[in-house]
Amino acid sequence: MQFSLKSGLLAVALAYSAHAATTITVASFPDLDRSAKAALDGFKKLHPDIEVKVVSLAYADHHNAMTTALATGANLPDVMAVDYDFIGKFSESGGLEDLAKAPYNGLQYKSQISRFSLPQGMSDTGALAAIPTDIGPGALFYRKDILDKAGVSEAELTKSWDSYLAAGKKVKAATGAYMLANAVDLKDIIIRANLKDGEGVYFDAKGNALVDNARFVKAFEVAKAARVAGIDGKIGAWSNEWSEGFKRNQIATQMMGAWLAGHLKNWLAPTQKGLWRSAQLPNGAYAAWGGSFYAIPKKTENKAAAWELIKYLTLNKQQQIAAFRAVDAFPSLIEAQNDSFIDEPIEYLGGQKARQLWRVAAGKIPASTVDKFDSVAKEIVNSELEKVLEQNKDIKAALADAKALIKRRVRR
Amino acid sequence: MSLSDPSTLALESTMDKAAPRRRKLRPWDWAPYVFISPFFILFAVFGVFPMLFSIYLSFHTWDPAAGLSAMRWVGIENYTFTLTDDWFQKSVFNTAWIAVVAGAPQHLIAIPLAFFLHTAFGRWRNAVVGFYFLPFITSSVAIALVFTTLFSRDYGVINQVLTQLGQLPVLEWIFPQQKIDWGQPEYTKWMISFVVFWRYVGWNTVLYLAAMQTIPKDLYEAATMDGAGKLQQFWHITVPMLKPMMFFAITLTIIGNLQLFEEPFIITGGTGGIDQAGKTAAMHMYNTAFMDGDFGTASAVAWLLFIAIALLTWVNNKIFAKSGMKD
Repeated sequence: MQFSLKSGLLAVALAYSAHAATTITVASFPDLDRSAKAALDGFKKLHPDIEVKVVSLAYADHHNAMTTALATGANLPDVMAVDYDFIGKFSESGGLEDLAKAPYNGLQYKSQISRFSLPQGMSDTGALAAIPTDIGPGALFYRKDILDKAGVSEAELTKSWDSYLAAGKKVKAATGAYMLANAVDLKDIIIRANLKDGEGVYFDAKGNALVDNARFVKAFEVAKAARVAGIDGKIGAWSNEWSEGFKRNQIATQMMGAWLAGHLKNWLAPTQKGLWRSAQLPNGAYAAWGGSFYAIPKKTENKAAAWELIKYLTLNKQQQIAAFRAVDAFPSLIEAQNDSFIDEPIEYLGGQKARQLWRVAAGKIPASTVDKFDSVAKEIVNSELEKVLEQNKDIKAALADAKALIKRRVRR
Repeated sequence: MSLSDPSTLALESTMDKAAPRRRKLRPWDWAPYVFISPFFILFAVFGVFPMLFSIYLSFHTWDPAAGLSAMRWVGIENYTFTLTDDWFQKSVFNTAWIAVVAGAPQHLIAIPLAFFLHTAFGRWRNAVVGFYFLPFITSSVAIALVFTTLFSRDYGVINQVLTQLGQLPVLEWIFPQQKIDWGQPEYTKWMISFVVFWRYVGWNTVLYLAAMQTIPKDLYEAATMDGAGKLQQFWHITVPMLKPMMFFAITLTIIGNLQLFEEPFIITGGTGGIDQAGKTAAMHMYNTAFMDGDFGTASAVAWLLFIAIALLTWVNNKIFAKSGMKD
């Protein structure tokens, strides 16, 4: 009797403690969800009292679901993953915790994280809405075999935009391959290159559109020159044509985030192993391509546990490297960038130690700011660029139109 | 159940005596309402509420990521902005263009096709109809992906066939020697229209075939006796007798085509293509809401679209009624 009472009490106590363990939910999207799942075991060891549940939706569905959740304040996760393309909209929304304030005091970790990435998670008012977990330093990928055949050196690619275009003509003439998939890519780099810290790509701090400045004129001119020279394939990224172009050796170079190496290896061009190389972007440009962030919604319970998990995901060296291994997500944590893992040769890139290059790039990318209307501006600028490329619209006129259109659409 | 219980019956009779005029509602009187309530509850939550809320929303500016408290009253500004907006006008033009080019052939081909299936195929008819119906039940995402592959500029089958034909003598006058870039704005709407036409022609065929089967056989027999040929029978019996179904099918096509979203969205990668040549009004609404984060304006677009559909359906109704076709 005594014994059974004791064991009964014990069972109740156990049940109670199991109940007391906090369960937090992480809402994420592929492939980022895999890096969160890779963290579960390590996090469990440090915090046995916190249960972590990772829920994942397709990329677009995830961000739509999070928009709805923030709108209604219902079904919010404790930890929310946000992609770079949405960070402007989400960080300015006011629905996320300001991680700069107590008890988080997130800004104390500023020096530990790639300098350009933390400001992207900040709103106009200086609130820190999200902490970066991975970054996408921009890189130039090129097909060494195609360039060799055309007699083009890497230096010719990267020296300047003019030399890049000249090299493209040689490649097209000698091999028939397109130098690059789409002239639009050139515009995307040039409008981001050589920004000063605190500047935005499309908007200044006061929200005025910058799209008619010299940066955009140059970007449009170079893109137009590439189209006129016939060296671009007019192929949109992520289209069928694009992946076929890689598989059939029809695209000689591609500028994108360093994570493209993983996509090339896994599905875009697995048979071209050893033929690709990476270099810095042409003309001394440094730009960021995407990146992922974690945030805590204001209307959630378990904020303390959520913050512990975010710190683990973003500031733990082992976890950052594990995520890098799992999904090719370049670490935002500087300590992880200095790990020996970075010095390992990449087999797919012909044994090149390309991560060292990407680390250099990560250190030089300007800390530009994001605006919640960036996606609107991007759509308008792209549409005007198409008119310049395809319908011979005057560049000055196109940019003036773009500015007027942005002003009209960003009316509030 | 409880009616079979004698005690309840007794109670019932005493209550009837006590209150002969105002009958009290007993639990089982509520039962039908309880059983039917799931529909009304679900309809209220997922049908009526969103509709009323979107009217309310269309007079506000609201970025949903900022939460409900961020709603701000702006009156009819969303409507005036949308009506004067180049992008909206362009998307409406595209929608109307595609609606006509994809919609009209659906019926012009479905009616003769249904007549052909009705008369030429005996017991194989259902199998043949099934094949025509397949595109309709296939996922529109899969269809759009297959067609973008077929229309691929460098590697697509369609360009290969066209350029091969362009190599042949005589045919080289008609067919292109160069590969056609179907992504160019002058082709975008044609491509979308073709896919939409291909997808829904089978559906309309089934509708017309069903209507044809209800036409009494003796009409045809009488016509044959009077010496009418197949073509005359088609013109003077089948077509007039199909009028009620035509009204129904054309109304469905108008509504469906004005709300066209999935096919152009996937074919153009969500952007509407170069110069927004393939952006429909429904896509404009989606992009305004989910890309620009402007749910107020998107609601206004939705209601303007609703008004346009209602008007066109009404016009369609009038045309059919006037010509005595609808009854």
